[in-house]
Amino acid sequence: MAAGGDNVVIKDGKREVVMPGNHLAALAAVDSGCKFFGGYPITPSTEVMEYISDILPEVGGTCIQMEDEIAGVAVATGASMSGVRSMTATSGPGISLKAENLGLAQMAEVPLVVVNVMRGGPSTGLPTRVAQGDIAQAKNPSHGDYKSIALCAGTLAECYTETVRAFNLADRFMQPVFVLLDATLGLMHAKAVLPTVEDVQAGIVPRKKFEGEPENYRPYGVEQDEAAVLNPMFQGYRYHFTGLHHDAMGFPTEEIETCRKLIDRLFNKVDAHRDEIELNEEFMLDDADILLIGYGSASLAIKEAVLRLREEGIKVGMFRPITVWPSPEERLNELGKQFKNVLSIELNQGQYLEEIQRCMGRRDIEKLTKTNGRPFSPADISAKVKEVF
Amino acid sequence: MAFNYDNYLRMEKMPTLWCWGCGDGIVLKSFVRAVDSLGYAKDDICVVSGIGCSGRFSSYVDFNTVHTTHGRTVAFATGVKLANPTKKVVIVTGDGDAFAIGGNHTIHGARRNIDLTMIVIQNFIYGLTNSQTSPTTPQGMWTVTQKIGNIDPTFDACRLVEASGATFVAREAVTAPKKLEKVMKAALEHKGFAYIDALTNCHINLGRKNKMVAAMDTLDWIDSITVSKKKWDALPAEEQKNKLPTGILHHDDTKREYCDAYQMVIDAHQGKRGKITQDDFDKKI
Repeated sequence: MAAGGDNVVIKDGKREVVMPGNHLAALAAVDSGCKFFGGYPITPSTEVMEYISDILPEVGGTCIQMEDEIAGVAVATGASMSGVRSMTATSGPGISLKAENLGLAQMAEVPLVVVNVMRGGPSTGLPTRVAQGDIAQAKNPSHGDYKSIALCAGTLAECYTETVRAFNLADRFMQPVFVLLDATLGLMHAKAVLPTVEDVQAGIVPRKKFEGEPENYRPYGVEQDEAAVLNPMFQGYRYHFTGLHHDAMGFPTEEIETCRKLIDRLFNKVDAHRDEIELNEEFMLDDADILLIGYGSASLAIKEAVLRLREEGIKVGMFRPITVWPSPEERLNELGKQFKNVLSIELNQGQYLEEIQRCMGRRDIEKLTKTNGRPFSPADISAKVKEVF
Repeated sequence: MAFNYDNYLRMEKMPTLWCWGCGDGIVLKSFVRAVDSLGYAKDDICVVSGIGCSGRFSSYVDFNTVHTTHGRTVAFATGVKLANPTKKVVIVTGDGDAFAIGGNHTIHGARRNIDLTMIVIQNFIYGLTNSQTSPTTPQGMWTVTQKIGNIDPTFDACRLVEASGATFVAREAVTAPKKLEKVMKAALEHKGFAYIDALTNCHINLGRKNKMVAAMDTLDWIDSITVSKKKWDALPAEEQKNKLPTGILHHDDTKREYCDAYQMVIDAHQGKRGKITQDDFDKKI
């Protein structure tokens, strides 16, 4: 099967394809130069591995189905440590199992793209139904202190573009980056308009590499707001990866200042560059009286509800964080001051609501949530707006 | 002239955190000599370790080194190897790492017959965390979690990995460093999953409470439970069960290595060969 399938139409410098979101994430990986995938089957993400197992070997890459979820992330992290772009894909229960090794990737600063096609829980939950159950988990899947980056696709095209962005952010910030899809987007077959492969390749930001003499190389000895510079293995720069607190060469240490600065830096490298990471969509906000906040596939129903409510003369608009972690603190704060009427809409019990409350510095935010495995309909949202405002 | 280890060791990391009299250093030096005798470039080797005393091995050797999470060495090493099939990837781990928390990965690494050299520093106990029962702690021995005597049966690690599909399996003890070096050399030269059971003494956390207080006492015990494969084969079954055979226990060069097998996948997808069928493999079920 050729990458992109047989149904690719090039139109006005863009590609038009008909593919499900899970395949789009796989295609985006290959177009972004990903050369390694490790995974384990889990509904509703398995199609990512099914498709990439076809298209990765075409470009000389490797896709391996491992013995469990833990090995799926470990094998991908190992490949990435050696210097190649690498990905794994799973759903919430898989993230729970991968959590410890995601912590190693945070600590050792190993870039990795982790596609999570979300479902609901706790535990096995409703595997074949939709939920946005892993928003809170994406912030802190592993123990300890670090700063997650999580991108949440809200359209089919974004299943592709956010995966591309995830690879670039992972290499820029040297850490795992989540791409959050859900069963609706992951399994939806529809048209998506994508950038061309050439445009994607032109936008690739490769990992930084130290070019000087090996004796002057300090992979983790970087500025306090920068990511480690980890050269590929086998090229003369021998250093050490560890999940322990470590020094500038990566070797374990308990030296007080080194330990403090390391964890501070894991936060600073993200916080100091939020502008490079943040991405939001604002839909019909300019003249709106009511602010709806939602993300992911829920935003498809929210947008439709916005249009229908406006036909009835109710001026609503939508704010949608595409980068959910780190959250758009400043923008949410501004919107919190601008709008009296705010409704948060999530396919969970309000996992992001707490973050919205924190960023806005207020608690009088209405919420519409759903955890029965069914998607929102625009009518659900319209009814809620009319009920509470 | 005495062998100069300095070229291969990160001397600024010395002394190691291993206890006085610990055999891990003998495993380390045997490995370095084996690598040196094969003439590998330091840049071409990656050493992956896990958690436990053996986990620190990777930080002492001047190769590309990775210290991973508890039990996951084989999975990380598999990623390094598949992305770099021409390089030597070596796992150094312990009995708890490889056969308790990481047992699944050990089994499946062996099953794939991927070209990794896996050295298990086998000390029959959880050493770093002070004397908890390991999957190879002999029954009846004292451990801090089974103070009246361990009731848990042991794994025969070598038989387990052989049954799982490893194509090179050897066992030697630190009481015979030259033999250890020799099997390490053979394992490194073997193409496929090569497993070495490197028996060593933890007199501090195994011996001290099991009437083997000094390092030599524990080493003597290891000597008493090991016998060369040739002699072991000649023993009656009743005696075999209480001795661990040493030497090369299994060596099979006929099985396809996993990176080579994956190359068939790449070739098939790139139109350089047909689909992979059962005819590509000796073993049909």
